[in-house]
Amino acid sequence: MTRKEVIYAVLVLAAFAVLAFIPSLPNSAAVLSLVIPITMYTVLATSWALFSGPTHYISLATAAFYGVGAYMMAPALEVMPYWMVLPIAALSGALLAALVGAMTLRLSGVYFVIFTLGLAEMVRQVITWYQNNFAGTRGNYVFVDINDAQIYWQLLALALLVYLVGWLINRSRLGFAIRIIGNDELVARHSGINTARAKILLFMVSGAFAAVVGAVMTPRFVYIEPAMAFNPEVSFLVVIMALLGGVHRLWGPLVGAIPFALTWEVIASNFPAQTVLLMGIAFLLVVYYIPSGVAGIMEKVYFRARQQRREVSHG
Amino acid sequence: MQILITGILLGGVYAIVAMGLSLQYGVARIMNLASGEMLVAGAFAAFWVVMAHSFSPYVALLWVVPGAFVFNWLIYRYLLLPLVRRAKSRGQLEVDSILVTFGLSFALVGIFLMVFGGSFFNYSYLSRPVEFMGSRYGLNRVVAFWIAVAICAALWYWIHYTRSGMAIRAVSVDPVSAGLVAIDVPRMSTFAFALGGAVAASGGVLLSTFLTFDASVGIVFTMKALIIVIMGGVGDMRGAIVAALVLGMTETVVARLVDPGLTLASAYLLFVLVLLFRPQGLFGRSTT
Amino acid sequence: MKTENSTCQTVQPLVPLCLRHAILGMVAGTLALSLTLGSALAQSSDPIRVGAVAPKTGALAGGAAVTFWPNIALWEQEVNADGGLLMEDGTRRPVQIIEYDDRTDPSETIRSVQRLANNDNADFIIAPYGTGLALAAAPIFDRLGYPMINVSAITDQVDTMTSRYDGVFFTLGETTPLAQGIAEQMVELRDAGEVGNRVAMVNVADAFGIELAQAAGVIFEQNGFDVVYNRSYPPTIQDVSPVMSSVIDANPDVFVAFSYPPDTFALTEAAQIQDLQVDAFYTAVATPFPSYRERFGDSINGVFGVGGVNPDSERFIEYEQAHIEVAGQGPDYWASAVTYASLEVLAQAIEGVGAPDRDAVTEYIKNNPFDTVMGEWVFEDQRINNYWTVGQWQDGKFHGIRATGDLEGAVEPIRKEGW
Repeated sequence: MTRKEVIYAVLVLAAFAVLAFIPSLPNSAAVLSLVIPITMYTVLATSWALFSGPTHYISLATAAFYGVGAYMMAPALEVMPYWMVLPIAALSGALLAALVGAMTLRLSGVYFVIFTLGLAEMVRQVITWYQNNFAGTRGNYVFVDINDAQIYWQLLALALLVYLVGWLINRSRLGFAIRIIGNDELVARHSGINTARAKILLFMVSGAFAAVVGAVMTPRFVYIEPAMAFNPEVSFLVVIMALLGGVHRLWGPLVGAIPFALTWEVIASNFPAQTVLLMGIAFLLVVYYIPSGVAGIMEKVYFRARQQRREVSHG
Repeated sequence: MQILITGILLGGVYAIVAMGLSLQYGVARIMNLASGEMLVAGAFAAFWVVMAHSFSPYVALLWVVPGAFVFNWLIYRYLLLPLVRRAKSRGQLEVDSILVTFGLSFALVGIFLMVFGGSFFNYSYLSRPVEFMGSRYGLNRVVAFWIAVAICAALWYWIHYTRSGMAIRAVSVDPVSAGLVAIDVPRMSTFAFALGGAVAASGGVLLSTFLTFDASVGIVFTMKALIIVIMGGVGDMRGAIVAALVLGMTETVVARLVDPGLTLASAYLLFVLVLLFRPQGLFGRSTT
Repeated sequence: MKTENSTCQTVQPLVPLCLRHAILGMVAGTLALSLTLGSALAQSSDPIRVGAVAPKTGALAGGAAVTFWPNIALWEQEVNADGGLLMEDGTRRPVQIIEYDDRTDPSETIRSVQRLANNDNADFIIAPYGTGLALAAAPIFDRLGYPMINVSAITDQVDTMTSRYDGVFFTLGETTPLAQGIAEQMVELRDAGEVGNRVAMVNVADAFGIELAQAAGVIFEQNGFDVVYNRSYPPTIQDVSPVMSSVIDANPDVFVAFSYPPDTFALTEAAQIQDLQVDAFYTAVATPFPSYRERFGDSINGVFGVGGVNPDSERFIEYEQAHIEVAGQGPDYWASAVTYASLEVLAQAIEGVGAPDRDAVTEYIKNNPFDTVMGEWVFEDQRINNYWTVGQWQDGKFHGIRATGDLEGAVEPIRKEGW
């Protein structure tokens, strides 16, 4: 680690330590109901960008992973304690990602997009079919004593973890390989990189995070319906927030998720009937007008400012 | 036998849905993720005609087809053509058009929700049985099938036996060379995209006579149309028709013999098989 | 449980409504706000603020538009027409409804309940609509200390819920008795020689359908029925004709479908087209909707469905009239009246306590009888134990024929004669 990195790490840890005190604020229930979705989408969007940023593969599968994590909580809790479910959720998410990746990531990106587009719906069908015919679970109830503050702390820990993992990947051979693949897959292949393997591995990381987030969120809802668990809106919001923030920096999705979630709060309470339409329009605006994301704009502004300062000091 | 015929009846209607997408992807090179929403728009239009005016739903075709044509023309002209111009490579265009049409599909769902609400829609039309080889079929399905056949035949004739159809085929094969032989490629692409949208919407009218719709069901049809197009081979009309029949029959067989809850899963299974064994399509030649 | 009203017939009045809503929403969001403020000011004394969270958009919007929202409007109007709720000090306080749309999204339901409690200072909050949404909101109702009188929340976990959450009540019934109702009805009819021994069962593959189908399946088998077909289909099913073909191939005497609104309509239509000939035909949610009758006319005479009311009781007829006047549409023959009854309970409890004191109201609900459109209600272990389980269409009305407790107005089932 360089000195700069140490400073960054200390700053990030300090920020997280401060954030961990939110539940002890006065009127924290209201604050938490806003902060929980923000943290959740930050984790989802950041882990999405871990894979989709460097590879340019647009994954629409977040809802499928999230749903798998959420849906397994109820049956799993009957046979094991809560804390054991989380790693198993991560494993299932990674496994599903590996399966999907193995089938599609060898081919061009279009197949991958198509495959992930309906994946949440398909997994939902298969799970309900299985449940109805073999498992015999009668409904999906999650009764555990986990309150909003604890959910928030878990999400916060996940956020920290996703940054750590992202940072480690960036430094690793895998991160290097994936950047080459993103720039030119042919070059990558010729320089001896197993491109499919690299892509699948990264997709698994992303899928595992989404599944754990799904599992962590479950105790909030007591009763899990397939339609709630596999809600395609989740995939959509994750893509929009990540793109808004910018996918080329680890902190990009964060600066997308916060303003978007706050704006969303205003929109949802004032125009409840138009939310889906406004969401679609917001998405189009981001794609047309902010193709490099807020992070891209911020960097541009920062560099320009620095350049000007330099010019001033030189002049 | 009954299963087979039900499957063919369903597959026939899927065929025109897939043809709409095939025109958009094969010629205009836009992977249109909002194609299912176009179909739902057609279905809602038919619903409205039936409920508000108690006409036959097929009357809706009279203005669904031109309406969808104009709408898709505008979409291509003002939303997608800028992307085509901005894109540095085909891959870039693919990513951008996927994102834009994905956003568009949500915007359209939002409009449907606003206008029609979130409930399920269906209506009774020709829900009388017809007897054929000892089994009974809904008359509405049979009529929808024959109209689908007529639309397919018209498209087929146009693409294979007219001058403008030939130009479309030329753009589909190679847009650059097509430009060299004095074909106005952007115009042809716009036309193909608009026509594809109109065909998809007319498919919605047909399907609405016997299926239940809600505002957000479009994604399922997009999925099925995409699978058919990939299975048939991009831009290959004959392949698309065969693939549509295969999908219709697979779904019916699975619903009847395995479980009615697994129709989308069976479509996925087909998709996986195609990806593993014939990623270039049923009749496609290997490109690499 | 979902009681969506769906499909065209009811949509006819719905579509212009929705359009109007959309336009209103866009143009006059602020106008509407100032209007409610204005009318609140016009009232003599400080209103009691009552929050209402339910779908206006999303998958359950159609059902809420039939069963939930009209009853809220009706209740508000009836209470305020009397000058409001009578307080301890002899004054009357009107009720003011604050509405939120949860878009059929449980996290939004939770958020809306929090907004109602923290930002809008609601005195009471009406239980959300739909099993999943209501159960998701139960912990937050409990934590914020609001009583919650559930209607359209049907579950087998009533015991767990009521033991965990002190102010949570259930009124529409539990899963198992509802399934037992139809199964036992069939056993009775078979023993009387009215129906045959072969039963075909289908169910919608989510918690509601699965729970009901499993409970009913056990009873059928214990009583020597021959279950010749038993399959599920997904809630998003668009085409039920393959299901109906398989049912017909199995040649049953009894057809039982634990279905939701869209598939209730679709299954009935498919049964008619493909000519399913059975001695008894049962579909679940939405069968008691007036739109079901409008769609299928006289052909549904003798069709069994879930729930029921006593449509000939004076209270119900009176309620039906008022409902039509306020909402422009009739109530359904099951959950609508129960929804209204739950609001009557709230009003009577507030008046009984004489103040909008939430803890006192919760205690009052537990310990007092209530006079409602559904008859006298007494909560035992935070739930109502006598409710309709099976009803039947007879001459254009949906009559309750079987109940868990002793309910007035049960009629004898009639035989179904073809389509």
